[in-house]
Amino acid sequence: MVGTHTPERGDLNLEQADAMARRQRRLSSPEQFLWAALDQVLDPELPALSIWELGILQDVQKLDGRVVVTLTPTYAGCPAMATIREDVIDALLAVGISDVLVEMQLQPVWTTDWLDRAVRDKLKHAGIAPPDTDCRCPQCGSKHVSSISAFGSTACKALYRCLDCLEVFDRIKVI
Amino acid sequence: MLPSTLDSLTTYTVRLGDDALVSGHRLSEWTGSAPMLEEELALANVALDLLGRARLCYGYAAERTGQGCSEDSFAYQRDCRAFTNHLIHELPRGDFAFTMARQFMVDCLAVPFLEGLARSLDLRLSGIGAKCVKESRYHLRRSTDWMFRLGDGTEESHRRLQSAVDELWGFTPELFAQDSLEAELVHAGVAVDLEPLREPWMTAVQQTFSGAGIVLPTLDWQVDGGRQGLHTEHLGHLLSELQFVQRAYPGQQW
Repeated sequence: MVGTHTPERGDLNLEQADAMARRQRRLSSPEQFLWAALDQVLDPELPALSIWELGILQDVQKLDGRVVVTLTPTYAGCPAMATIREDVIDALLAVGISDVLVEMQLQPVWTTDWLDRAVRDKLKHAGIAPPDTDCRCPQCGSKHVSSISAFGSTACKALYRCLDCLEVFDRIKVI
Repeated sequence: MLPSTLDSLTTYTVRLGDDALVSGHRLSEWTGSAPMLEEELALANVALDLLGRARLCYGYAAERTGQGCSEDSFAYQRDCRAFTNHLIHELPRGDFAFTMARQFMVDCLAVPFLEGLARSLDLRLSGIGAKCVKESRYHLRRSTDWMFRLGDGTEESHRRLQSAVDELWGFTPELFAQDSLEAELVHAGVAVDLEPLREPWMTAVQQTFSGAGIVLPTLDWQVDGGRQGLHTEHLGHLLSELQFVQRAYPGQQW
């Protein structure tokens, strides 16, 4: 189709590298306690997943006694970001940390390629089709599905219908 | 309060924010009255993406301006003449064909434009470009699809799409106009050079329209002025709604 663009293979490798770098940051961080505290922060629109699992949480560091949390939005206009920011502050307050700075970062750009297999399975259990290339009904597993709308109930989802079990379901947009 | 003059980079950033805010607002007007629920969701979602884009631009502009400015200063505390969006965005939403024709033509440029912005030497602008281009690619897939569905649909949908394109065509040259401010920023590697995007845009638009059975109008009139703050009569009405709460209750917050 004219003017459309699908990501090149090159993009994909870069995106995998970004995902690995993020995991590495967490593994090698001296602040395991802080990462664990932030695992309590769930996405308000996808409560089955934490902000770490979704790739929104990019980094947490202690700088001059202050805790600096770096987040990246899934979508530029995602209205959940304000809540997530507050939840991050609350989660750290719950473990006794009050001097917190939440920073927003746009690059590396969030992509559904960052969602690993385990996260995709969690989505499926929550009744939401993961952003896999072949879309399957999260209820009955059928590949016999059709798109109702390219956009769904939130910025990150599209609306589908299963032609076998007839259930309507959300699918995470591949982006 | 906003100062009366802004530096070039801030002005450029505000221009991009104005395009996003005004077109996002127009799309949001469909909420509650779209032809079907699924399309209403889609229009509102695209509006949300554009609103997010406007916030990123205004947020950056506010940081550069200082003096207690925020993104809201740009959205709510400026009158028509201070808005610098392209005119095409402020035209009333019209019927569904008009809205989708406008989205298609704008998305068709937004994708290569944002790809260019992602290469800006200004790191904040390049971040905005890289973030937003993914969303615009998604928008373009849907708006292109609608060109075929409407153009190749019923006699009525075809007629409406053709008349939308005829009406919009004279507003498209402005999308490629560059004043001296932008030319300097292009030279500095900060702004996107629009000139090389013109021909590919024309080809892409032409191809989709011919596939959809839509005849490209001849360009026998054209208007511009948005970047200089010279607007159609429609922007004032749009702003009166968009800015109402802040005008009635200055400084109110949620």
